[in-house]
Amino acid sequence: MSFLNNLINGIGLGSVYAIIALGYTMVYGIAKMLNFAHGDVIMVGAYVCFFASSTYGLHPLVGVLLAMAVCTVLGVVIERLAYKPLRQAPSLAVLITAIGMSYFLQNAAQLLWTPNPKVFPAFFTLANPDGTSRTGVDLFGGQLTVRFTTIVNLLVCIVIMVLLTWFTGNTKMGKAMRACSENKDAARLMGIDVNFTISITFAIGSALAAIAGVLFLSSYQTLVPTTGSMPGIKAFTAAVFGGIGSIPGAFLGGVLLGVIEIMAGAYISTQLANAIVFAVLIITLLVRPAGLLGKQVREKV
Amino acid sequence: MKTLKNMSKTSKTNFATYGMVIVVFAVLQLLGSDLIQRGGVLSPTLKGQLVPICAYVVMALSLNLTVGVLGELSLGHAGFMSVGAFSGTVAATALQNVIPSPGARLLAAVVIGAVFATVAGILIGIPVLRLGGDYLAIVTLAFGQIIKSLIENLYVGMDVNGLHFDFLENKIALAQGGKMIVNGPMGIPSIQKLSSFTAGFLLIMAALFVIFNLTNSRSGRAIMALRDNRIAAESVGINVTKYKLMAFVTSAALAGAAGTLFALGQNTLVASKFDFNTSILVLVFVVLGGLGRMWGSIIAAAALTILPEALRQFADYRMLTYAIMLILVMLCTNNPTLKSFFSSLAAKVKGSAKKGKAKGGEGK
Amino acid sequence: MKKFLALTMAAVMSVSLLAGCGGNKDSGKLKIGGAGPLTGGAAIYGNAAKNGATIAAEEINAANPNGLQIELRYEDDTHDPEKSVNAYNTLKGWGMQVFLGSVTSAPGVATSVEANADHMFYLTPSASSTDVLGGVVNPLTGTVDVERKDTIFQMCFVDPNQGSASAQYIFDQKLGDKIAVIYKNDDVYSTGVFNSFDAKAKELGLNVVSVTTFTEDTQTDFSVQINDAKAAGADLLFLPMYYQPASLILAQSAAAGFAPKYFGIDGMDGILTLEGFDTSLAEGVMLLTPFNADSEDAATKSFVEKYQAAYGDAPNQFAADAYDCVYAIYQAATKTGVTADMSASDICDKLVAEFTSMTFNGLTGEGMTWAADGTVTKSPKGMVIKDGAYVGMD
Repeated sequence: MSFLNNLINGIGLGSVYAIIALGYTMVYGIAKMLNFAHGDVIMVGAYVCFFASSTYGLHPLVGVLLAMAVCTVLGVVIERLAYKPLRQAPSLAVLITAIGMSYFLQNAAQLLWTPNPKVFPAFFTLANPDGTSRTGVDLFGGQLTVRFTTIVNLLVCIVIMVLLTWFTGNTKMGKAMRACSENKDAARLMGIDVNFTISITFAIGSALAAIAGVLFLSSYQTLVPTTGSMPGIKAFTAAVFGGIGSIPGAFLGGVLLGVIEIMAGAYISTQLANAIVFAVLIITLLVRPAGLLGKQVREKV
Repeated sequence: MKTLKNMSKTSKTNFATYGMVIVVFAVLQLLGSDLIQRGGVLSPTLKGQLVPICAYVVMALSLNLTVGVLGELSLGHAGFMSVGAFSGTVAATALQNVIPSPGARLLAAVVIGAVFATVAGILIGIPVLRLGGDYLAIVTLAFGQIIKSLIENLYVGMDVNGLHFDFLENKIALAQGGKMIVNGPMGIPSIQKLSSFTAGFLLIMAALFVIFNLTNSRSGRAIMALRDNRIAAESVGINVTKYKLMAFVTSAALAGAAGTLFALGQNTLVASKFDFNTSILVLVFVVLGGLGRMWGSIIAAAALTILPEALRQFADYRMLTYAIMLILVMLCTNNPTLKSFFSSLAAKVKGSAKKGKAKGGEGK
Repeated sequence: MKKFLALTMAAVMSVSLLAGCGGNKDSGKLKIGGAGPLTGGAAIYGNAAKNGATIAAEEINAANPNGLQIELRYEDDTHDPEKSVNAYNTLKGWGMQVFLGSVTSAPGVATSVEANADHMFYLTPSASSTDVLGGVVNPLTGTVDVERKDTIFQMCFVDPNQGSASAQYIFDQKLGDKIAVIYKNDDVYSTGVFNSFDAKAKELGLNVVSVTTFTEDTQTDFSVQINDAKAAGADLLFLPMYYQPASLILAQSAAAGFAPKYFGIDGMDGILTLEGFDTSLAEGVMLLTPFNADSEDAATKSFVEKYQAAYGDAPNQFAADAYDCVYAIYQAATKTGVTADMSASDICDKLVAEFTSMTFNGLTGEGMTWAADGTVTKSPKGMVIKDGAYVGMD
């Protein structure tokens, strides 16, 4: 029973990583850049939703929509101001700019919203008959608990994954994105507006970040300006684990990463849980250099 | 004069780099000396930062060898620094009674730190260098995290019987008069400072010497050929693994030496100091200073280590200003439009100074 | 092009550095400096201490217009030992005469070495590790790993005292038959308290059934730790950590249907001030803390009101300890006739002598005294949270 409990908790944690990783992989797949500021966009989204629902008392759903709107604008503005001017520059220059952007967002958030932690409301609860509320369902007489957030995260994650796969595969915009990801110059020659396509990618990626932020914080409730940085790194790891650029890969990578982290902590050592996660990542990449579901690109000679 | 003219452009740059380091060292030594100090020329903050700056400069040089010369992105370089820092400090403490002279002990510690980092470099390099691009980057990131976790759970104690090691749980029983050197997550609680600015200067010179000699050798040209076109290099018979490993391990050894220098200039040391953020910080030095350009790394490392301190007058807005400056500098040096604007500006300034003798922009 | 930029940058920097120093202007006020994390992940603690100290300095200056005046300056150390020494050196360049120390432990270990070497008086509000003071026996190995640094004093309880006091308290009050512990493995404070708790628990024969850890990188999900404690049938969960991760553990335990008794230490204080925190989760949490923001005591009430008016939230133990630090220094300074034109070293001699002999009444305790080893003696208050407020446990 304890194994099942750990497995469920692992999937719960993993689904959060997966949602963040979807945004990462989307931007990486098309713009070919590691957007280190992604985790901080998540933080901004969470703050917007927090203020909307806690301070102004709006319905959580309105809060989520508002967060998505703010993050979309933020993502596009960041892209315009900081990344677009460097389209021709070496990828490392963009990487450093993204890191600068990440510092900027964290410090701006600290000035705007103080470093004092805010406790995010638990959105997914059911009222008990006695007036209290429940955050999960108990199975087998309380031996096994499944939190509602785990269920919601997993469902949202699957829906987003299916939608994104459909979008990139079947719409005109999606096809343009895939073309840009293959070869930007060739795409331009075919009449695709590369800059616009990349902007749309950032808009979608940032909207996903807002959703990820809300779901992440409703599972793990402490919200501070540095909230986004560690999940950002973990999600990046998850995206690479699953094969960066691959949408189902990000989902699989995220969930597996969460399960491994929890299992390693439960059965080996909580002190070394993080080290074990990264060791598994290294071994996987040595066996499958492009990640679990990544495309193995043959080298052109 | 003639020999100077006959020199290649690279050798000229190399000698200019040595010269720059020597001049800066001499000037700072003079400014920091007690004679002028009474006038308060060098702030206490900068004086305290001299050793860390030297360590970061060596780190930047070392990472530039991996990123700029070898052409592989490493996001876990702080891991090697950590290995060097902890092994070097333990060595320095253990050798306290064997080598009484602080200078000789520092040298021994730096060598030991470099050796341990070399071993780590080989262990990591052999499997990892088969990968490329962003996958290599993430694996180095992972190694950095693993090294941090391992050192966080390491316990080292010393007594008359020698060193005692333990992992995960501290079960070390020490004889009377013994003491713990590394205390797991609490790190090294007390360090006898051995590093000095002079030692840092010498280490920078040594690192430059190693790097310039490597890049100007046959091996160095092989490494750069690999960076520029791996397939072409392979087809003319260059052994990929050997040369990649050579550059990577040299870089790791230098990072280890930098780590020891850094640690022995600190009062206390915790493993979490050498985390992802430190790796990124060093990468920023390298990219800002220019890939493969050693003097650029030196200036960038020094400038960006001083910058957050120089920005203290901005109080609450300090780190925000730092972030904005970082973004702006990246934009200014990499955006084509801004770049040409600055080049023409530079040309104009130069032109007016030289009264029309300028030959256009300095551009890179 | 790049050369141009780099050179400009270097030039600007060196000018600003040279210009920034040497400003040892005599303002006629006693210059007290402090360092703490004002930005980054630990910023809540540093800012709380800074705010508390600021209120104390303002009160003192307003109350003694003709007496000794205080000038207070805080510098950011981002919870990094390396940066903390930079912050200390910056304060030294400003002309600091007394140091309020570092707010957090690892930076505190670094700055205490510098202050001791400079013979600068150092009173930290909250850097509670024994390595800050030096000269204290390591509870695990019985060795003294760091030499005593003579100018260093603490306002907070030293970690081992908290750990062993907690074990003793749990034993005396028979709070739990099966005890579980979760602590933060990469944190000097949390590990320090745990080590001494562990040593004392073994001595008393407490039944510790589950010990698990987390780190800075894994402080979001506590399901493994909670599951482990639950599976071991623990009825008391000891949480030697700061209140931010503790609040997550409380919420996640409740969600997992695990309801042990909770026991915290001074870092737990502040949990009720978290914005949006469901205080019913903390119902019944016991903690040892020197400060109670809900106290009816007049001094505390006035402090809490001022703090709320100025900073918008309730003060925690960091703020109260820093407030007390400034008052304690002021009391000792006026008693020994310290004036603003004395050197830091002379002031240090006077303050060290006075601190080891004086008694101080503050927000965090009545009749505090300091021993020559730098530790403070004050009685921790056993508190239990009832209806979202502290109530004395006895």
